[in-house]
Amino acid sequence: MAIVDSAPTALGRLETLPSDWPVGFWSHWGVFTVVIIAFVLLMVMGFIWLERRGMGRMQARLGPNRAGPFGLLQPVADAIKVLLKENITPAQGDKIVHWLAPVVVFAPTLMIFAVVPFSDGALLADLNVGILYVVAISSISALGVFMAGWASSNKYSLVGAMRNIAAVVSYEIPLVVAIASVVLLTGSLSMNDIVLAQHIPFILLQPLGFLIFFISGCAEINRSPFDLMEADSELVAGFHIEYSGMRFAMFYLAEYSEAVIISAIITTLFLGGWRGPVLPPWLWFIVKVFIVFFVMVWTRTTLPRVRIDQLMALAWKFLFPLALINLFITGIELLTWPEALPWVMILVNIAITAVLVLLWSKFFKLGWGRVEV
Amino acid sequence: MMAIKTEPFVLNIGPVHPSTHGVFRMRATLDGEVIVNLEPVFGYLHRGIEKLAEERTYTGIIPLTDRLDYLASMSNNLAYVLAVEKLAGISIPERAEYLRVIIAELQRIASHLIAVGAFLNDCGAFFTPFLYMFREREKIVDLFEMLSGQRLLYNYMRIGGFTQDIPDEFLPALDKFVKQMPSFIDEYDYLLKENEILLARAKGVGILPKELAINISASGPVLRASGVKWDIRKVDPYSIYDRFEFDIPTGTAGDCYDRYRVRVEEMRQSLRIIRQAMEQLPAGPIRSEVPHLVRPPAGEAYGHIEAPKGELGFYLVSDNSIAPYRCHIRAPSLLNLTALRDMMIGWKIQDAIIIFGSIDITMGEVDR
Repeated sequence: MAIVDSAPTALGRLETLPSDWPVGFWSHWGVFTVVIIAFVLLMVMGFIWLERRGMGRMQARLGPNRAGPFGLLQPVADAIKVLLKENITPAQGDKIVHWLAPVVVFAPTLMIFAVVPFSDGALLADLNVGILYVVAISSISALGVFMAGWASSNKYSLVGAMRNIAAVVSYEIPLVVAIASVVLLTGSLSMNDIVLAQHIPFILLQPLGFLIFFISGCAEINRSPFDLMEADSELVAGFHIEYSGMRFAMFYLAEYSEAVIISAIITTLFLGGWRGPVLPPWLWFIVKVFIVFFVMVWTRTTLPRVRIDQLMALAWKFLFPLALINLFITGIELLTWPEALPWVMILVNIAITAVLVLLWSKFFKLGWGRVEV
Repeated sequence: MMAIKTEPFVLNIGPVHPSTHGVFRMRATLDGEVIVNLEPVFGYLHRGIEKLAEERTYTGIIPLTDRLDYLASMSNNLAYVLAVEKLAGISIPERAEYLRVIIAELQRIASHLIAVGAFLNDCGAFFTPFLYMFREREKIVDLFEMLSGQRLLYNYMRIGGFTQDIPDEFLPALDKFVKQMPSFIDEYDYLLKENEILLARAKGVGILPKELAINISASGPVLRASGVKWDIRKVDPYSIYDRFEFDIPTGTAGDCYDRYRVRVEEMRQSLRIIRQAMEQLPAGPIRSEVPHLVRPPAGEAYGHIEAPKGELGFYLVSDNSIAPYRCHIRAPSLLNLTALRDMMIGWKIQDAIIIFGSIDITMGEVDR
């Protein structure tokens, strides 16, 4: 196939990779665990800073500017403040589940980074089912959110948690179908192979897939306009309303590390991952992750929030059929013109995307409106 | 197999909640997310202003009126002094009449800016429109600060006129504001008027039918959005409103979106009135000769104005003493709020929040 090169099998590289390291496989494992934790924590701090400063600029105000130059140390100050706060468990709450929930939300977000490549082969484990692993692990945090909502013994948090379950279950499907059309192009589930296959970023070859993935990803991690689970004007804070101190910090951390993950996966799947000229690969990766996150900040400051039935309608009536059509079209293209020039395919796919999105939004109605009671 | 037993649950929205605009409580019975019953609970901010007024001199009540609808203090002042002037038969100089119109319309713009901003915030637009609206309101507050030295509770109007004349820098600053503001309103319209999510959230949501709106004696933008062309400035012109040209924007459906649109259009009309009043503003005194302690003849009077939130009326009964025998306030927020249950039932929690936001109430006025 012209557009996709024949990448070496994932297994082959796993055997050769540790030999680059002085003490072999275990040093590789140890170094990458530390790197991933440090990377996630630093990126979260960067994201919090970017979000608060960026939103400040977009909202005609300054944003945090007291702690450190340009307010860069604001996340540190926040962390110190929140660590010194008291942990409060509601008297009527389920104490063990309440304690466990932040861990269940946060741990999977670190685990996903095991398969995200920072450079060619620079990843903790090049699983040959990498992207499938991402999808599987990212669903776990929904369980933690529901645990938090249930154990808080608060109606607001329960409603927020139920909304979260509904959203995650619905949006997982278009998300996976969008991933499937990328996997069709590469012929491999390994994240590293997906990056190696992108001589042209897949955002050009799969514009519709990118849109679906981006929207579903935003919905999965509760970013605006789909932030119904913690809607501050309705549910006050949603599932983490009864959390304080360190446990709240864990939720806050998890929220932003989920944003890091979705940005990293979008970068890996659609923006060519660490590929790029001049700059070193890891820097390209970070720059792209920040660009994706900036778009999320942008939408957050721009758009109002959708309603829960509209959220469901968007997933099932808009994104899911389009994702299936996209998968179908990609399959046909790969079967009929395997030797097509990538630039022809890009033009055809962008045209198809524009037509489909326009057509579908014409005969698609959001939500159901009033319920007779 | 036994079916799962489900039952509606009760959710207390408020009294302390980001979207209740003060201390208001809604006891909502929910079936899932759908509201099946709703019981509004008032009275958390009751300060007994009507009773306090009976113990004060007529001039001493003016600071109390500031604390009714604290987002439109000037309008409250105006409604009150109009009622007293009607009761005591006091006429005021031309210049004061024009200034009152300018100030009342500026206050309407300021109040509508907050109403629209808070409504969009309730829709979930994370503080962006709110802060932009506050940026414009800040200019109006600066203008009022020039006049009265205050930024929220102005206490500027007096029976028979004003405390002091406008400073020299007021008119140039007002001129600048009036020139700038239309482009800002256009910019907000460009950003929000056709926003898909806003249309999906607000169009057809929380419909207040025309008949119901009239029956609950709703007024202001809430009534006009339901398609009733009723504006005190036109139907019972007070002050000198009959000298100005302006339109009354009305909606058709009576939904949240129409209420939002009516407010935006009213801002444009207010600017039109201010522009005309600035051109015609005469020189002269700003206060007529009024005794320090006003003793109106025994009797009663009802003075009402088109306040930003609706018909604001003061009913005063005098027994020829220095304090009113009775002071009743017709608060538009309270009466507009009485349709809350009918508007909300059947909608979801998220809709309930924006319906409540679109009515635009101030708790200081509801509870008095």
